Formats: sequence, C-alpha cells, structure tokens
Amino acid sequence: MEPRTHYLNADYGIRSWLLTVDHKRIALLYLASITLMFFLGGVFALLIRLELLTPAGDLVTADTYNKLFTMHGIVMIFFFLVPSIPAVLGNFLIPIMIGARDLAFPRLNLLSWYIYVVGALFTLFAMVTGGVDTGWTFYTPFSTTASNTNVIPTALGVFITGFSSILTGLNFIVTIHRMRAPGLTWFRLPLFIWAHYATSIIMILGTPVIAITVLLVGIERAFHLGIFDPALGGDPILFQHLFWFYSHPAVYIMILPGMGVISELIACFSRKRVFGYGFVAISSLAIALLGFLVWAHHMFVTGMSVYAALIFSFLSFAVAIPSAVKVFNWTATLYKGSVSFEAPMLYALGFIGLFTIGGLTGLFLASIGVDVHVTDTYFVVAHFHYIMVGGAIMAYLGGLHFWWPKISGRLYPETLAKIAAVILFIGFNLTFFPQFVLGYLGMPRRYYAYPAEFQVLNVMSTAGASILGIGYLLPMLYFLWSLRYGAIATANPWQAVGLEWQTPSPPPTENFATTPVVTHEAYDYESFAFEAAQEVPVV
Amino acid sequence: MWVFLVTEIMFFGGLFTAYVMYRTLYSHAFGDASNHLDLTMGAFNTVVLIGSSLTMALAVHAAQVGKRGAQVLFLLLTMLLGSVFLGVKVVEYAEKFHHGLVPGPYFTYHGPDAPQAQLFFSLYFAMTGLHALHMIIGLGILAVLVAQARAGRFGPAYSTPVELTGLYWHFVDIVWIFLFPLLYLIARHGGA
Repeated sequence: MEPRTHYLNADYGIRSWLLTVDHKRIALLYLASITLMFFLGGVFALLIRLELLTPAGDLVTADTYNKLFTMHGIVMIFFFLVPSIPAVLGNFLIPIMIGARDLAFPRLNLLSWYIYVVGALFTLFAMVTGGVDTGWTFYTPFSTTASNTNVIPTALGVFITGFSSILTGLNFIVTIHRMRAPGLTWFRLPLFIWAHYATSIIMILGTPVIAITVLLVGIERAFHLGIFDPALGGDPILFQHLFWFYSHPAVYIMILPGMGVISELIACFSRKRVFGYGFVAISSLAIALLGFLVWAHHMFVTGMSVYAALIFSFLSFAVAIPSAVKVFNWTATLYKGSVSFEAPMLYALGFIGLFTIGGLTGLFLASIGVDVHVTDTYFVVAHFHYIMVGGAIMAYLGGLHFWWPKISGRLYPETLAKIAAVILFIGFNLTFFPQFVLGYLGMPRRYYAYPAEFQVLNVMSTAGASILGIGYLLPMLYFLWSLRYGAIATANPWQAVGLEWQTPSPPPTENFATTPVVTHEAYDYESFAFEAAQEVPVV
Repeated sequence: MWVFLVTEIMFFGGLFTAYVMYRTLYSHAFGDASNHLDLTMGAFNTVVLIGSSLTMALAVHAAQVGKRGAQVLFLLLTMLLGSVFLGVKVVEYAEKFHHGLVPGPYFTYHGPDAPQAQLFFSLYFAMTGLHALHMIIGLGILAVLVAQARAGRFGPAYSTPVELTGLYWHFVDIVWIFLFPLLYLIARHGGA
C-alpha cells in the first residue's frame, strides 16, 4: 500500500523544517529546543542538589553556586515553563481543535520560534562567558550596581524572548476569534482552548511590563541612570513592583495551559462531560484577571503599608477561588465516571494532587503573618515547585503522552509510561516535601552551606531529585524509541471526542480534508458512546 | 495591530507608573529639574510631530483612494517631519551633555535636591530615548512604504500596511503628547 502523505513526510530536508510555516512543524521545532533547555536547567538543578548533600559548601564555590541557581531559575522559567505548553501543545493543537488549517499568522509563528532561539542563545552566551549571579529575579540595586557578572546579556536574552511570548499570544487570540469552524460557538470550545485564550491575554498584557523592567535594569547598569538606585534618587522597591506585576501573572502563564490539558484528560478518561463546563471556562479568565492584582504578596516584607498588605493578602486568597472551582469540578467529573487509568490519566491525577498541595501552601503564604516567618526559606521554594513543577510539568508530560499518537503517528509503550509516571510522582514528593519542613524549620533559600541538623532532610531531597531525574529521562527515551518501533496509531486511539481526533494521525499538512462542521457540545461522551453502539460492526 | 498597540501601552505604562510615583514623592525637585528642559524646543517638536500625524493621515487617505503621487509625497513629508523631530532631539540631548545634566559620573546639578533631580533626568532620558527609538523604527517602516507606494502596491483594494503604519505613527505621536506636559510643563515656573 502506498504510504499516506502527512505533515511529517510531506517535505524533506533541513530547509523544509527551518522555513516551514506549518504550525505542527513549528510545534516540533519548539519541542526540540524546549527539551534541550529543560535538560540544561535540570543539570543545574542536580548540581544544586548535589552541593546541598553535605552541610559544608564543598562541591562548588559560593560564587558558582549563585550562578547555578540563577541560571536554573532563568532557564527553567523563561525558556521552559513559560513557553512549554503554549508553544508545543498549543501550537500543535489550537488550529486542529477549532477546525482551522493553520494559525492566523503562520509566518509570525515561525518568527516567534526564531526569536525564542535568539533569546536562548543570548542567555547561553551570557552563561558560558561568566554567568550571572543575581537570582532569576534580578533584584536591584544588586543587579544594577553591585553584581559584576553578565547581567546585561542575560537581561537582553529575557527581553528578546518576551517578544516571542507576545507574538504567540497575539497569534492565538486572533486565531481563536477568527478561525473557528462553523458551529463551534464559544461555549462549545474545548477547555484547552479557553485556557490558552486566558493565557494569551496574560502574555500580551504582562510581558511588555517585564520587558521595560529588564530594559531599565540594563540601561541603569550601562549608563548609570538612577531609576532604581537609591544613591541616585531611585527606589529599588519600584523594581520589585514592576517585576512582580509580570512575574506573578507569569505563574498563571505556566499553570493555566496545564489546567486546560488536565480538563481534556479528565474528561476523556472518565468518559464524561467536564462537570460545570461553563464555570471551568470562566474561571480561566477569572484567574487571568485576578492574577494581575496580587503581585505585591511577594513583597510583604518590603515594608509596605499595613492596609496595602491587607488588600493584597485578601486578593491573593481570592485567586484560590477560581483555582478551587477547577479542582472541585475535576473531582466531580471523576465521580461516577467510567474512569480508566492510562498513563496520561496518571499524570492528570498526579497533577490534581500536587497542585492541591501547592495551592493550599499558597494560602499559608498569602497570610501575612506566616509569610513573614517563611519568606525566603525553603518553604517558598517547595511551594512554587509544587505549583510549577508538580503542576505545569505534570500537565505538560500528561498532555505530551495523550497527544503523542496524534503528533507522531505512533503509540508509546503503555506499561513503561505508567511506571515512569509513578516514578516521577514518588521522586517529586521525595524531593520537595522535605523542603516544606526545612523551610518551616528556618533553612533559608539560596545558601550553599547550612547547619548540620538540616542534613537528613537535605539528603532525602537530593535522593528524590535523582529519582525525579530518572522519571524525566524515561519518557524521553521511550518517546524516541516509539518514533521508530512504536505501534502505528489510529486516528483516535483513546476513543476521545474533539476535532483533533477526527483527522488522521499524524494529520495532513492542511489538517482536515474538508472543513469540519461542529454539531455537538464539547466533551459529548454520552452521545459518542451511543453513536458508537449504533454502528454496525464491519466484519 | 490593535493588540500590538495594547502591548506598547503596557510597555510605556511601566515607565509612566515610575514617573508618576516619583513625581508625587519628589514633586518639588521634579518641578525644579523640569525647568532645565528647553520649553521652546519641546513645544516646537510637539507641533512638528502633530504635523507629521496630519501628513500620515493624508498618506493613508491617498493610499485608500489610490493616488500614487500623493502617497509618496505625504509619506516623504511624514519622514521629513519625523527627522526634524529627531534632529531637534539631538540638539536637546547635546545641550544636556553640555550642561552636565546626563545622569552618571559627569552629572553636575546645582540645586538642593540633586539625587532627585538626577532621577528626573534618568526618567527623562529613558522615556524620550525609548520614544525616539520608536520614531527611528517608524522611519524605517516608512522608508519601506515609500518604495512600495512608488511601485504602486497600494490602492482601494489593498492599503492595509499603510493604515497599520498610520496607527503606529499616531500611537507614537500620542505617547509624546503625554510626555510633553509631564516632562516639560507640570510645575514649571518662570526664571531658572
């Protein structure tokens, strides 16, 4: 039989990839570059954990340690967590899920990837020529006057990557508004799309603010302008306000797309419509908007007025409401569903567990009294790793498993994938749960040596990190293996609903042979099962 | 394009926030420092820039009705006025250098609130510098448009690039309309 033409074999050669305007190929370009950055950030993380294996600072010097955690933070946040789900899964799925041929601006999409690469190269250049030691937050006045490391190239790298983020967000918004298939009304959209819509809004409104902020840091270093430097009349606290005005919403850039993925997985593997679909959709927008109003809870210890602190504390509690809406609705969806535990579902359940722990400890931090006690301790480190690693990466991997047959046209080994998911879950908890205890006992973050009584918990954490490392390596290996040896996937291996499953795996370059017309609500698993039962089996 | 302009507003918004905050904190020092700006040149530039917005609007109109000669003429006029603006800016900057008003090691300011005044000039240079950078980018885009207009690319059927550039140009203009009173006019008084 003649092999079918699809987006992967439609064209050959390096040129056809580097000059492609196909959103699916661009998603794979992102997948490759983001995975590279992830492993780089992971190596930094392992070095940090190895240094903390013993109380004395014996593996690396204090200076190197500062550079390690800074680069870990910058690489992981700006080059992995922020772009991961939107740029890979969003890019691949948004046009297919809404029945479009491509994104609204295909060439802009390719440009976004090049901007990402240039930004990453800038940052890597800064790293190999000496590194930077300010912490990923670039706090002034240290970053502008004291640090003698490569602040400017790093800041420029972040600045450049910001454009990639803005352009991707812009592309998504226009696509979702203009290119939906006939019949696909707003409230028939998959929740994945809603989540990306909300994320794009944050990207567009937030990223310019971080851009001007790091630009000002660069200008201040280069030309001694005194915007943040107190000696020149400036105010370092202003930097923190501007920085967190982006960087808190950025957490939702990382987590909202993950929530979108989880909604798809939960619905598919419990064969039910997501409970309270409308609430889940709107809660994404609510998180996006509330996310902009809570930045100052990172700054309770900077000496802001009591009233300001109270208001920000209250608003921070308020963000928990739409987040909790989602968790409760997922749980309600599981209730009385015909739940099956495939690998993507294990990731989804892991996400719910870890995200709940992360979210609940977030409430501790939103309370001013506790926050003052645990600020800049490992409690905070554990909290944001639970949200960002336990939440965003679990969702990313879950989504990657779920849509892998669609992306590659091959099936991955299911049993191995389940084992990897369990290893990941165990490794993750072993790494970060001891850090809650450490932080509560008072171990500060960003120190490369510590008193001997903290050693047991630190050893546990480092041991967990190596298990976690295996949990990340395994999927990479069997995904690569499946590309050649995996079983051929059908169009719809999970028996899921959604437009992306109505086109062959992998999809043809133009996604659909004819534009699909949508007649069902989203996640209409009940009538899907009914129609499947009506079909006469072909012998 | 509208979405892009929103990002630009947020981008400048950070700077405006910083300015407004410091203005409130150190209103007296900022008032004194603003006396060192050249009101005549600022006002002249405002007029020049508003003029360029007019020629830009005429260029958009010419593109929509498809008058090739008028398009090229008005686009070139816009570029000319933009260049005049930047030229005046260069003169202003040079003067600041001359009087030691550029923040940094050579900052020499004779007055009671020197650090706060330096902050004012920091913001002045950051804000007008960023604005000038946008003007330079705008001039680059206009140059491309002139070439395309000359080749007769735009007419009643297709004039989107000219319209979008028009939006961008007006946006840059509007930013200046805010910058001018904030930096040059508020709390100004005679003498100095």
